[in-house]
Amino acid sequence: MIETHLPAIIALTFVLFALLIPLFGLWKEQLCQPLAVLGSGLATTFSLLAFITYLQTGSIRYFFGGWEPPIGIEFVYDGLSGFILIVINSVAFLALIYAKKPGRMEFQGKELAYYALAMLMMLGFNGMVLTGDLFNLYVFLEISSLSSYALISIGNKPAPFAAFRYLIVGTAGGTLYLLGVGFLYTNTGTLNIIDMSAMLPMLVDNSSVVTALILMVVGIGVKAAIFPLHGWLPDSYTYASTPSSTLIAPIGTKVAAYILFRIMLYLFGIDLTDAVFPLSYIVGVFACIGIIYGSVMAIAQTEMKRMLAYSSVSQIGYIIMGLSLANPFGFAGALLHVLNHAVMKACLFMITGNLRYKEGHSNISLFNDSYRIKYPWTMASFSVAAISMVGLPPLAGFFSKWYLVLGTIDNSNWIFLAVIIVSSLLNAVYFFRILEKVYMKNPDAEQQPDTAVEIKYDDVSPSMMSPMAILAVGLFVIGFANAAIVGFLLGIFPM
Amino acid sequence: MVDFITGHYAYWFTLSLLCVGLYGIIFKRNLVKKVIGLAIFQASVVLFFVSIASKWDATVTVIDKNIPVEQVESYLNPLPHTLMLTAIVVGVATLGVAFTLLIAIYNRYGTLDEQELLEKIQ
Repeated sequence: MIETHLPAIIALTFVLFALLIPLFGLWKEQLCQPLAVLGSGLATTFSLLAFITYLQTGSIRYFFGGWEPPIGIEFVYDGLSGFILIVINSVAFLALIYAKKPGRMEFQGKELAYYALAMLMMLGFNGMVLTGDLFNLYVFLEISSLSSYALISIGNKPAPFAAFRYLIVGTAGGTLYLLGVGFLYTNTGTLNIIDMSAMLPMLVDNSSVVTALILMVVGIGVKAAIFPLHGWLPDSYTYASTPSSTLIAPIGTKVAAYILFRIMLYLFGIDLTDAVFPLSYIVGVFACIGIIYGSVMAIAQTEMKRMLAYSSVSQIGYIIMGLSLANPFGFAGALLHVLNHAVMKACLFMITGNLRYKEGHSNISLFNDSYRIKYPWTMASFSVAAISMVGLPPLAGFFSKWYLVLGTIDNSNWIFLAVIIVSSLLNAVYFFRILEKVYMKNPDAEQQPDTAVEIKYDDVSPSMMSPMAILAVGLFVIGFANAAIVGFLLGIFPM
Repeated sequence: MVDFITGHYAYWFTLSLLCVGLYGIIFKRNLVKKVIGLAIFQASVVLFFVSIASKWDATVTVIDKNIPVEQVESYLNPLPHTLMLTAIVVGVATLGVAFTLLIAIYNRYGTLDEQELLEKIQ
């Protein structure tokens, strides 16, 4: 019966390939990237298989060594973790296919270390999503964080400094989380999430439990880049190499947001989270400030990668806002936005990577209308992703915002509703200015009668184009399949 | 009040270490000092876990023929200690990565002062 072992197999696939890549890479460096693609592809397949098993038989609990919780450690594959696993593994699979050529250009000779670290980081993310044990979660958090510091530091000149600042705040956040786990352990005597969630309702008025909740939310909030804790993100994503930012940007903050879902809605439950003071509302307010702040800062940027990084700060705000609404529509909208934003951001970072690969820069003020002839497919994908980010139907981005809006109406929370609408307009400002530069002729420019260099088709090779195109088409597919996805997500709402 | 302070002295100690670490992380300009602050910050949490496992008049968690296993108050709680072994390893790995990054920063910019670095990057 392989089905019952699938949760462990998904994580172990990455361990296996993290070891295989150095072995084969020492022999032939060209083998590293295909092996990494194979590893993440296998993990995606196993995630899908486990998901089918989940739909047939319900959630899978895997006990390591046969020791049953609370004594043993377990991996839990339920609806929420299954959904997140499919998202992160499939996006990582496409990002690793894409990494081949930009990787060879940006860090020739360091591919072995890069792909081995990428596998370790994916192991950390998968472990965080799957584990049913709070301390195990800390260990996986640190595995993924340490690898992502190293991955971010592979980049241009200021990259190590950006990675170092991320390391300082990230480790401080992880340590605060650990302190929170310590408080919970002294109160309940267990580390298992399911076991602990049964005990916590008896400890509502215990101040150390409330402190633990706040410590954990702040600690994970650093990783999720919730508004006042987002300082590390723009520099890290801007200075990291193209393959690193395509891999980390779509999934890193999402996994941390998933941990917040686990803690606030599953471990404590929303009633307990808000028992002493309205923590979920406060988190939601910070998310709203983050949405507006990220959008405004994105408008101010001229470098496309930095603009996308600030846009990430804003988009993570939507996810946290949906969490803070804590009603079925908010929950479904937030999780649909995890999927949408992973696909959109991966696609947009790939487009930036394409432009850097071909033009050597991604400075928006230098964009011109020759791009639509030179890079028709890249620019077409950009239009799709940008329109989806703004949130126009039938693209995926519209539907997650729609369900978030329904969630705010259910809670009669008009401020949050206004924030969603205003930020959509701001999104339109910073994406449409690029579309305008590329697709509209600049009326002030002198019409050159004979252009010295003939502009001809020069789009990227298939290994870079296909992942980008798949993601862009995926936005349509998610848009049309949203009813099925949301139906599933409403079914796993934990109340 | 005095009882509250003396009765929880281990926690006060942990808390003051936590604040020292946090001060180092936030206010020190030199990056090496920030790393030292981070190490103190992590050590305080490790000490917190170790202190919650201790009991008066209890022995180490090896079965003693004179003390029955059911008499749990006579044995220390081994779990926080084992957890902290892992956390210490994580801390060492973090310091390793941090110092590697510091070497890379120093080779590229020739300084480890945060303000100077920010000015050079702008």
